[in-house]
Amino acid sequence: MIKRRIIPCLLINDNILVKTVQFKNPKYVGDPIMAVKIFNDKEVDELIVIDISKNDNINFDLLTKLANQSFMPLTYGGHIKTMEDAKKILNIGFEKICINSVVLENKNIISDFAKAFGSQSVVICINIKKDIFGKHCVYDTKTKKITNLDPCDYAASIEKLGAGEILLQSVDKDGLMKGFDIELITKISKTVSIPIIALGGAGNITDLELALQSGASAAAAGSLFVFYGPHKAVLINYNNNS
Amino acid sequence: MIAIIDYNLGNIGSVQNIITKVGYESIITNNIDDILRADKLILPGVGSFDNGIINLKSLKLIEPLTKKVLIEKTPILGICLGMQLFCKNSGEGQLPGLNFIDAEVINFNCAPLKIPHMGWNTINIIKKSKLYNHLEINSRFYFVHSYYLNCNDTSDILTTTTYGYDFVSSIERENIFGCQFHPEKSHKYGVQLIKNFIELI
Repeated sequence: MIKRRIIPCLLINDNILVKTVQFKNPKYVGDPIMAVKIFNDKEVDELIVIDISKNDNINFDLLTKLANQSFMPLTYGGHIKTMEDAKKILNIGFEKICINSVVLENKNIISDFAKAFGSQSVVICINIKKDIFGKHCVYDTKTKKITNLDPCDYAASIEKLGAGEILLQSVDKDGLMKGFDIELITKISKTVSIPIIALGGAGNITDLELALQSGASAAAAGSLFVFYGPHKAVLINYNNNS
Repeated sequence: MIAIIDYNLGNIGSVQNIITKVGYESIITNNIDDILRADKLILPGVGSFDNGIINLKSLKLIEPLTKKVLIEKTPILGICLGMQLFCKNSGEGQLPGLNFIDAEVINFNCAPLKIPHMGWNTINIIKKSKLYNHLEINSRFYFVHSYYLNCNDTSDILTTTTYGYDFVSSIERENIFGCQFHPEKSHKYGVQLIKNFIELI
């Protein structure tokens, strides 16, 4: 039977590997090429690489180096704006492209990408942050503000346009390692039938299991796979058998 | 020389990467002479069936490929859509396929399981083959697809995989090999399969 996917999610900021807390304070974690090599040796199910650099460029040179040593499914997100960008990334050896802010500007890009590359290559990242009343809202990383979009409606519209997967990330839980936003995962996975990858908050294996039991098709994590122990020492770890 | 056929659909770079990892040279090409000269062919592909056929047609590759595979019996490995294109037709499109094997491509009907079938899955070996040399039963491979092969000649079936029910996950007919999963994305298992295809077939 199919194995549930557990996916490390790596953040890149100006050529170095970092980890954020609630989308802030990127902390230096190491060299991305070395990290991807280790994850490849550990035979991870899949890997997501997101570039959060302030500049607007796609670091094709780095992406090529990452892909050349990876024999596993790879997703890349960050600064993708055009069909040409996407095509180049797929040719390098990534099989999925992850888009986020560009979708908030123009949702139709999803159907363009899906038609050109197939839905299975198109991952839409939805960042969710709670407003002061505790209501889930779609968050825009570009303006750093919550939008008036309802997460369920937004997810449904994305599915309709041909998205292959949703990377559902909780801004509030990011980097805290205190567990996923289970309510959010349950809600969205009931709304759409495409696979949901849960991200944000995993602190241990039980958290990953909970996310999968709540309807996520895959569970992703950053801190869990790069930090070790109570003092968060940097140690890349991944146990394929758990 | 191993020729990886580039028909503007999919993950060509990773196929070349894994061949390099195994220790061989390959070329990514859609040049007819290169293809006619090749000792081994790989037809990768991610995308839709009709797009695949349209692209092969507009590159004028259908005739040379058919000659290489059916007359000269050059070993060919189709990956994912690449294998599906070997069939007579597909439920995903209207155009006829390459017709290398007696099979059709049909879509999954496995509710409530999600489509596409995406992720790591195991294989059940149906027929002994050099392609699976040193690949023990618990090998796992990466899949991402919504359609699969319905083989009219069951002796073509190499392995099946279970997703809701058993479906054909790889085939072998004389010099024609195909896998629904992505060996180029399947860690050491994929490396071994590609090594087998290059060294033993």
